[in-house]
Amino acid sequence: MKKIFIILIIINVIIISAIVYLTKNQKHIDALQLLEEQYSQHHEPSVDHTQFSVLQQKFKSPQDVTAACLSCHTERGKEVMKTRHWKWQNEEYIEGRGLTNLGKKNILNNFCIGIGGNEQSCNRCHAGFGWADTTFDFHNQHNIDCMVCHDNSGEYFKQSGGAGNPDPSVNLNKVATHVGKPKKTNCGSCHFYGGGGNNVKHGDLEEAQMNCTKDVDVHMAKNGINMECVDCHVTKKHVIAGKMYSVSSTNTNRLSCTQCHGNTPHELSVLNEHTIKVACQTCHIPTYAKANATKMTWDWSTAGKLKNGEPYHEEDSMGNHSYLSEKGTFVWAKNVKPEYVWFNGTADHYMFGDKVDTTKPIAMNTLRGSYSDPAAQIIPVKVHRAKQLFDPQYGNIIQPKLFAKEKGQGALWKDFDFNAASATGMKYIGQPYSGTYTFVHTESFWPLNHQVAPKEQSLSCVECHSRNGRLANITDFYLPGRDRHAGVELFGIISIIVSLVGIAIHATLRIISHRKELK
Amino acid sequence: MKKKVYIYKAYERFWHWTQAFLVFFLAFTGFEIHGTFEFFGFRNAVIYHNAAAVSFMILIVFTIFWHFTTGEWKQYVPTTKNIKAQILYYAVGMFKNAPHPVHKTELSKLNPLQRIVYFLLKVVFIPLMVISGLLYMFYRYPHNGNIVSINTEGLTTIAVLHTLGAFIMIAFVVVHLYLITTGTTIFTNLKAMLTGYEEIEEEESKN
Repeated sequence: MKKIFIILIIINVIIISAIVYLTKNQKHIDALQLLEEQYSQHHEPSVDHTQFSVLQQKFKSPQDVTAACLSCHTERGKEVMKTRHWKWQNEEYIEGRGLTNLGKKNILNNFCIGIGGNEQSCNRCHAGFGWADTTFDFHNQHNIDCMVCHDNSGEYFKQSGGAGNPDPSVNLNKVATHVGKPKKTNCGSCHFYGGGGNNVKHGDLEEAQMNCTKDVDVHMAKNGINMECVDCHVTKKHVIAGKMYSVSSTNTNRLSCTQCHGNTPHELSVLNEHTIKVACQTCHIPTYAKANATKMTWDWSTAGKLKNGEPYHEEDSMGNHSYLSEKGTFVWAKNVKPEYVWFNGTADHYMFGDKVDTTKPIAMNTLRGSYSDPAAQIIPVKVHRAKQLFDPQYGNIIQPKLFAKEKGQGALWKDFDFNAASATGMKYIGQPYSGTYTFVHTESFWPLNHQVAPKEQSLSCVECHSRNGRLANITDFYLPGRDRHAGVELFGIISIIVSLVGIAIHATLRIISHRKELK
Repeated sequence: MKKKVYIYKAYERFWHWTQAFLVFFLAFTGFEIHGTFEFFGFRNAVIYHNAAAVSFMILIVFTIFWHFTTGEWKQYVPTTKNIKAQILYYAVGMFKNAPHPVHKTELSKLNPLQRIVYFLLKVVFIPLMVISGLLYMFYRYPHNGNIVSINTEGLTTIAVLHTLGAFIMIAFVVVHLYLITTGTTIFTNLKAMLTGYEEIEEEESKN
């Protein structure tokens, strides 16, 4: 009877343990397969634009194309004019500043610094035609560039230094009759090349993603489901979901992995629980700049050196510019491990008039958040570090004039004169310049969201749960495997040692007394 | 006159050895999670540690049931009776080959020091480990397809208490292992816990 009772208990324990084990291992893999099926299906257009007579006319200017577009899509122009792609600024509330109206139009960045005075070059990526200076008409719908986003012929491109106008070689009739949903090539034509070259800015967005393997980007891979940007960046009334905190500030209209993958995509509950404090990207983007290098540092202070009176360039081992007389010295890197920060979806930006501490790097953008902030998660970032022009008297970062087509207009890239470029640039945007300049260290923070790795390559636990792991710099919380309480460690080790020593003494005495007795 | 007494019942031995294994396994996987060494790998260590913790809690539930249905809980009520004699025995008497001051019987198999230590283990240290462990596991948990967390300042207090308890458990196990050897002969106690039977002086058995 007793034995039966005991056997029953043992069996119970085993069964219950087994149940606890197995219930945790229920699979969610079906969900991934469903997503793959869904996103492998390619969009079939419902309209053939070659058949519309309004598009058969001989277009004399790109504005004529836009007028033709708007003759059918009558309300779309108004939509576009409300977007960031058009305004290059946006009304957003920033804690500590109030309502701001920031964007590419007026923000300083860590690369070519600012667009004011450099519009002809920078504004090649504006979704409009001819924003060459402050006189550009933002209320003229015909200045909208529909083609840069909707060209499906692959032949449209904007002229270098052309203030957003198409290159004269583009056959506007062909482009206008081959329009449709934006493809990678459309978005990529600007977003891959920000900062003056492929993968300069983001580090996780570059031309290799037009034709890459799953190792580089599991979503955009040619041998995978080959997703288009707009599959995730879904668009309503031309407002595109997702934002980049180099220019954005609020926790609105964001994209997240969970909108497709859900909040509990892992088999292991303990992994799902990480999502309270850890963004998906942290584990699933182990490295960035996987196919081509990205720019990690930019030192403007060395710009302006000439050889025989002519600008020159030097290249690093990967064939990227390591020095340009126009821009200074760069360091590029490939397969970079991200740095990690807390982020609650809100950011601040450097603005003229901000008091800065030049003993440490000035943050061009600040990603906010901390452990105690329930909205914050740890995210991976690319930190781009630079040395920029600074006015020690007024305490401002200087926005120099960089671009001009001719010499003698104060542009750094033609005249190689920091003082003239500073004076001209600051005057253009209506900011004071004292006449003296120096250089300061600056940093910008780029959240990494792309180049997601296949799940087999995601971070293993000990990448963070170890003494000197990837999160060694985020110290405002207790991380198992990394942290320990010095007092408890000491107490613990001492109690074990005291126990062992006590035992050793006691045992020795026992042995001695035992031997005495034997004698 | 010595008499063979059935002193540790079958369930008691099952409980003891299962607990012994689980404590060892929890300590091993626990200190791997703590970053002390690497063996199973962090991920497996966490999975095993959690599974062992669940098994341990099931064992505890059954054992509490056993304690109360059999009345064995009375064995663990601390007493000050003979405590000085017991301390003196370990500190002095043992080296003079003095007899054990307190004798095991079926009704009272623990000496006063054991009573205190096991009592503390049962009402302080194991509950500390279980409660801090449960908080460790469940301070965040799935709810309606989301993960939510109870409002904690974080793991710091929970984890530090859990680690403190772990060190105390290890110190206990170290001393416990040694004290096994202090029976009538070196292996008497071990044998008793394995077979259930121990030879006890008959005339002293009415303690």
